Amino acid sequence: MDNSKTRVVVGMSGGVDSSVTALLLKQQGYDVIGVFMKNWDDTDEFGVCTATEDYEDVRKVAEKIGVPYYSVNFEKEYWDRVFEYFLAEYRKGRTPNPDVMCNKEVKFKAFLDYAMDLDADYVAMGHYAKISRDDTGYTHLMRATDTNKDQTYFLSQLSQYQLDKTMFPLQDLTKPEVRKIAEEAGLATAKKKDSTGICFIGDRNFRQFLGQYLPAQPGKMMTPDGVEMGTHTGLMYYTIGQRSGLGIGGTQGSSNEPWFVVGKDINENILYVDQGFYNEHLYADRLEASDFSFTTQFPETGTYKVTAKFRYRQPDVGVTVHYNAEDNTANVVFDEPVRAITPGQAVVLYDGEECLGGGIIDHAYQNERVLQYI
Amino acid sequence: MNSLYFDNAATTAMRPEVIEEMTDKMTTIYGNASSTHEFGRQAKKVLDDSREILAKSINATDKEIIITSGGTESNNMALRQVAQIKQNEGNHIISTVIEHPSVLRTLEYLEGLGFEVTYLPVNLQGNLSTEDVKSALRPDTILVSLMSVNNETGAKLPIHEIGELLKDHQAVFHTDAVQSYGLDSIDVRRDHIDLLSTSAHKINGPKFIGFLYLNKDIFVKPLILGGEQESKRRAGTENVPAIAGFAKAVSLLDEKSKQDKQDFFKKLTTQLLSNLKENHVAFEVNGQLSDNHSYHVLNLWIKGVETSRLQMNLDLNHIAVSGGSACSAGSLEPSHVLTAMYGENSSRVNESIRISFGEFNTESEVEALSNQVVKISSKLLTKNK
Repeated sequence: MDNSKTRVVVGMSGGVDSSVTALLLKQQGYDVIGVFMKNWDDTDEFGVCTATEDYEDVRKVAEKIGVPYYSVNFEKEYWDRVFEYFLAEYRKGRTPNPDVMCNKEVKFKAFLDYAMDLDADYVAMGHYAKISRDDTGYTHLMRATDTNKDQTYFLSQLSQYQLDKTMFPLQDLTKPEVRKIAEEAGLATAKKKDSTGICFIGDRNFRQFLGQYLPAQPGKMMTPDGVEMGTHTGLMYYTIGQRSGLGIGGTQGSSNEPWFVVGKDINENILYVDQGFYNEHLYADRLEASDFSFTTQFPETGTYKVTAKFRYRQPDVGVTVHYNAEDNTANVVFDEPVRAITPGQAVVLYDGEECLGGGIIDHAYQNERVLQYI
Repeated sequence: MNSLYFDNAATTAMRPEVIEEMTDKMTTIYGNASSTHEFGRQAKKVLDDSREILAKSINATDKEIIITSGGTESNNMALRQVAQIKQNEGNHIISTVIEHPSVLRTLEYLEGLGFEVTYLPVNLQGNLSTEDVKSALRPDTILVSLMSVNNETGAKLPIHEIGELLKDHQAVFHTDAVQSYGLDSIDVRRDHIDLLSTSAHKINGPKFIGFLYLNKDIFVKPLILGGEQESKRRAGTENVPAIAGFAKAVSLLDEKSKQDKQDFFKKLTTQLLSNLKENHVAFEVNGQLSDNHSYHVLNLWIKGVETSRLQMNLDLNHIAVSGGSACSAGSLEPSHVLTAMYGENSSRVNESIRISFGEFNTESEVEALSNQVVKISSKLLTKNK
């Protein structure tokens, strides 16, 4: 098949995954253009920013495989549509997922628009996820072959239009295979370490970073039974189910079990903590979510039996979804109790291998009692 | 389709005569011009002959020409070394906000050393008047540095008048003539210029070579220390073939050919603008096409069309224009010149491209350029409505 008339704009981050994405498409004969997205200005006092190093890697890889490359500034879009949302969610005491929003609003929206302005037929990204186009014209988002790396969780808010314009050339590859391809092709990024954490924070201290934008308000730390356990440094620094950073030992209670965040009261500025990883306060049997997006079609109001993920890299749980099309919300009832359901994170629905879409978690319940905002 | 090049203010292709000259010198002259043997003497002769051509081109003497690596080094040397020798006579420097980064960054460096710099603003034409300089001038002003022609808009600053103004003042007058050298008539005596920076690669010569003219009555220390080349003012073994190539490029530009070039660029400008107009492209020229404009540069605001989208689309169609300078992560930065002219909130800052003509451009190339601008801008405007 002659792919040379098909223009694919590849989002190149300077990492090994997007490097191999560009390489594979080039090998398949597509008209490939590499575009580096500059989403965040982290220039330090010496004028050095990680974006510079990443862009240099993009350049080296693009030179090696012989494709034109550009850098486009999406800082404004990222700030307005991802970072503002990120801060707003933290202000509400929730734990947002900026990667989900970045895909929805920047990588597959602002960037996609830009690529279309360059007469692209498709955009391609180095995500581990699968695109499957059926005979009726629908494009389906499927889990990646490398289930350990599957990133459909982060792509769950993409629309049919967005998916229709997308290619994921790594869909059938495992990470070690990707690295091997990069190495054999002599790509500069073959051995580059994977980025970790939230992209705009990188290796920096998360608390310090967040503290620059939101005032931290120290407050009381208590057990659900009302025993005071000292002070917390600011609710935004804690995530439901998290262990570290509590700064208290096991001396207060009767057991030596470690302490976990089990709830937040945003009005009273109280952090609830309790002992044990399997602490009962951490388990929910249903959740309410809103702002759903579906990858193929929005369903009608009704009850659906599917599986779900509540955070990245968790095994699926069987659920019953009571979807209300009118306000685009759902009540998601679990087949078994689930630990640390976190408001602000995505609930993502699957039918077998297909990612159906997802919403944003608002409340978790245990026996009809709201958890976490106790 | 051949790729079309409209970025001649960034750099130019070398003329065949220059390549021939350099190839010849690279082949036959490889001695070190400082050596006291036959090979050295041969190299020294090429150097002397070249310097004579360069000096004559601006009505200077041989001794007043210091060969450098180009415009940036010349500007660095001019500003830093003059500030150093004049620091006992005053502390004040005058320049403009539209200078090249090699001037602006050097001035910032001097500010860090304690010098006070007045950056003159520009008007909507991207220009300033002699009066502006006059009112900024103080008894303790030691240096005035103004570019002859702006690289982004083509605005020609009133260098001759300012030279007249400064001739009875203690301030040393430097001009960054990188964009005017080879296109405009320059006479350092007539214009009362004390220092002048040039670059070879803007006039179809080789890259990484240029000169700084330094009036014979001004004595500065070298910026680059080492051997005694360039009358102890610039150390480092001379790149004789490049210098010969530079001189060749200069020798090909007599006064008539300079005028012919300007006329030709003016014609191309008129052609492009009328094509765009006929095809109903909504645009405006940034700056002003007048006698105070160098026609090798044309900065256009294409209304509603983002710079980078237009520039990339042109590039993907093998047409090179400039969308501005890129940051270290490769994305385009807003132009400090357009910002100075129109303010940072003006759409012009994000919707303008620079087209710069050169020796080898043709009318049919300009036709191809305007056709693509019409096509792409209409596509982008329709799509993003």
